[in-house]
Amino acid sequence: MLRIVNGKVYDPTNGVDGEIRVIAVKEGRIVPEAELDATARTIDARGMIVLPGGVDIHSHIAGPKVNAARKMRPEDHRRAEPVKRTAITRSGVMGSNPSTFATGYTYARLGYTTAFDAAVPPLGARHAHEELHDTPVIDKGFFVLMGNNEFIMRCLRAGETEKMRHFVAWLLGAAKGYAVKLVNPGGVEVWKSGGRNVSSIDGVVPGFEVTPRQIIVGLAQAAMDLGLPHPAHIHANNLGLAGNWETTLATMKALEGRRAHLAHVQFHSYGGEPGGRLSSRVADLVEYVNGHDSLSVDVGQVVFGETTSMTGDGPLGYYLHGVTGRKWFNADVEMEAGCGIVPIRYRERSHVHTTQWAIGLEWLLLMNDPWRIALSTDHPNGGSFTAYPYIIRLLMDREFRREAIRGVNAKAIASTHLPELDREYSLNEIAIITRAAPARLLGLRRKGHLGHGADADITIYDLDADWEKTFATPKIVVKAGEVIVEDGEIRRDVEGRSLYVEPEYDPGIEPELRKWFADFYTIEFDNYAVGMEYLPHAERVAVSGG
Amino acid sequence: MEGEVRVIEHATCTFCGCVCDDIDLTVEGNRITKAKNACVLGKAWFFEYPTEESRPEAMIGGVPATTAEGIEEAARILTRARYPVVYGLSDTTVEAQRVAVEIADLIGGCLDTTTSVCHGPSGIAFQGVGEATCSLGEIKNRADMVIFWGGNPAESHPRHFTKYSVMPKGMFVPNGRKDRYVVLVDVRKTLSARAADLFIQVKPSKDFELLWALRALVKGVEVDERIEAETGVSLATLKELVERMKRAKFGVFLFGMGLSMTRGKHYNAAAILTLARDLNQHTRFVAKPMRGHGNVTGADNVVAWATGYPFGVNFGRGYPRFNPGEFTTVDLLARGEADAALIVSADPVANFPQSAIEHLKRIPTIVLDPQASETAKVARVAFTTAIYGINVPGTVYRMDDVPIRLRPALPSRYPSDEEVLKGIAKRVRELRREALSA
Repeated sequence: MLRIVNGKVYDPTNGVDGEIRVIAVKEGRIVPEAELDATARTIDARGMIVLPGGVDIHSHIAGPKVNAARKMRPEDHRRAEPVKRTAITRSGVMGSNPSTFATGYTYARLGYTTAFDAAVPPLGARHAHEELHDTPVIDKGFFVLMGNNEFIMRCLRAGETEKMRHFVAWLLGAAKGYAVKLVNPGGVEVWKSGGRNVSSIDGVVPGFEVTPRQIIVGLAQAAMDLGLPHPAHIHANNLGLAGNWETTLATMKALEGRRAHLAHVQFHSYGGEPGGRLSSRVADLVEYVNGHDSLSVDVGQVVFGETTSMTGDGPLGYYLHGVTGRKWFNADVEMEAGCGIVPIRYRERSHVHTTQWAIGLEWLLLMNDPWRIALSTDHPNGGSFTAYPYIIRLLMDREFRREAIRGVNAKAIASTHLPELDREYSLNEIAIITRAAPARLLGLRRKGHLGHGADADITIYDLDADWEKTFATPKIVVKAGEVIVEDGEIRRDVEGRSLYVEPEYDPGIEPELRKWFADFYTIEFDNYAVGMEYLPHAERVAVSGG
Repeated sequence: MEGEVRVIEHATCTFCGCVCDDIDLTVEGNRITKAKNACVLGKAWFFEYPTEESRPEAMIGGVPATTAEGIEEAARILTRARYPVVYGLSDTTVEAQRVAVEIADLIGGCLDTTTSVCHGPSGIAFQGVGEATCSLGEIKNRADMVIFWGGNPAESHPRHFTKYSVMPKGMFVPNGRKDRYVVLVDVRKTLSARAADLFIQVKPSKDFELLWALRALVKGVEVDERIEAETGVSLATLKELVERMKRAKFGVFLFGMGLSMTRGKHYNAAAILTLARDLNQHTRFVAKPMRGHGNVTGADNVVAWATGYPFGVNFGRGYPRFNPGEFTTVDLLARGEADAALIVSADPVANFPQSAIEHLKRIPTIVLDPQASETAKVARVAFTTAIYGINVPGTVYRMDDVPIRLRPALPSRYPSDEEVLKGIAKRVRELRREALSA
């Protein structure tokens, strides 16, 4: 039992904005103070701020592609400060692809208590769960790649939306995943089949005769019909290409009011001619998102420095390999997905990279409604999640931002709106974009807030004049009611829960699935689904419809 | 049990890197009597596993002991050691591998797997140049050109041809074998040549030169006629091969230890990886090492996710460092460096160089193995463990990194590797705590 007293509480979900409140914790949940007895430990948070634990809605921390990046880049680990073994914790390495134990501890030490991997091919779901099992402290889960699934594309071509919905439900349950993920819908299949990519959402995928538009609309509708806690999570077509804002806008319009989350929207907000220089088209896209409550985004903020581009977008990986000339990993996954990995360094003096950096910040500063934008670096694609405190300072401290703007490519920055934007985020708004909003968008009712019944995931920060320092080293982090971090050190090593959904489906589709597997897969249908032995601490999140 | 007949459907064979999961096992009494779909190696694996239950659970210094006594002695050895090595791991479950990694971390030792003596150079090449690859089903469904290089899958991975790479009908190759052009490149004409449309015999130790010439031709660089004298393969043959590769819709190189463990080692592997990469300027091409042991790919994955590096890791400074040549087992044994060894499901005494074996015999060694291996015979502590896939459930990674669940057919009176390792880890932790508080 814990009693956190004297702290200024920021709990936007419950309308608490910097008031001194008592937060009482019992059996892993937040409870009314009256439920505590004399044995409760009291934490005096005088002069400190108390927030819900951070929630990362879009990160790459586990599974086949993350591990391929770890294997490919020993130099990336070597450059970074290692994570030493202690009497209670495991050792590990950092860099843009930290080892699993280091990932869990590092999130916790930043005050983050929940994170989702955004792209797992179902065939690699077992692998992702095994890694998450070795990712301590945080609650976790992953999104299941479906935007290039060949069964889904065949259903769409045949107009069999009901069968497809059952398949989506089955696949989520088989993978023990959390949400429907689309990555370059249709485009990855084009790449796998020897073409290069689709160019618009109305390009046709050869061999399947469907368009990205059909896939986007079909899966967004299926996610809604199944009542999934999180809507379709979309990595739109043409990521990273000059002029792609039109594709992004077309994607949003194609949804016609259906709920959807647009991932790492920074990478999709580029003007300019294909092959030419990027420019910012954030203003046009923000206007659309501001006007459509059914849409949410996360940012995919770019941070200057060395990192790894890692994506289910196979053709993007090849494109980046061509641009950077650096080593390239590609893995095509039968019937399901693709993968591309390339090391990348974002440079202040680069016109392109400066524009990308500014675009992310423009999104954050131009969105009216903080409840529909979540902070992300698309770790590690824009940069490491360890950069969140730096990004928070850029948002909260106008002078710091101006100073940063002076250090980047002057020509590029002058072509964006960033230098004119004076907005400073409040603590309440930071609490929204790092906790309350991602939890709400994920449909996690007990996360991202400090109301009674919420999971007792709490971060207490000691205030520093420098917001980056404040957010980089929480004073205390509580996970599921236990004090895990104190003064930056892990005091207890615990295993968090795996969050998954398992919607009902019509078992009548199974005979066809068996044939599908026998014909095209190399693994037996009966050996495909992930069993509960891979989720030793699981929480099945309810679906609301179906 | 006598007379009772059971069938375990969709069981997984862990003998080689194919990890076929479509085996139907018939169990009569305490024996597997049928293994439907299994190849000759798989049948041997399922029928000829050690059934003798009279072996002691453990041996300490050649004297029978209980598992608990073995754990005590093993923990004592590992706690006292100043430079221990944890080695093997390729023929056990991921669940056991995870605990072995934890032990190496706890004791600050070296951690290395049989990867360092098979496709370690391919892993190093991957770190240098990347890798364009795919799951085996992509080969089944799309590959119209398959090039085996430096391996003999007909004898090492017998079902690879029929299940994944040569024969199967796939979505975009509906006629199976007829839709594929198959090439074998090797230093001698093995049984696998029968499956190929074209056999190219390269001079021993000239793989790199041949691959580099192909890269040049793919890039449009002229290659001298003297390549034939160098490699044994004519320029005309190479040019024709390159044209065919460019015309293929989806091509794949499947390469064996004939590349990774001969002159040039990781240079050879890097050459084939870059050749596959370069061909993507013309069409789709991928490359994949033919991994041998049942779960060597799992070992790579577990070691990588826990430490950031795939093999050859040392925890001596309290965190993982990677240095093949320094922390790889053959090297550190041959230099006489390790002062204790924990060997899980591998038999270095049967296949390491003599200098490494000599040192291994000098130091206290702990072995976990279902059989009385050569290494078990010289071990200070030898545990008899149950067999993964036959007695023990768990997870195994196929050569293409696809994880597959095991369906054991028979119980065993022996503990699993995971159970023994967990016992050792627990006891090591206790002994360290006692030492700290003393």
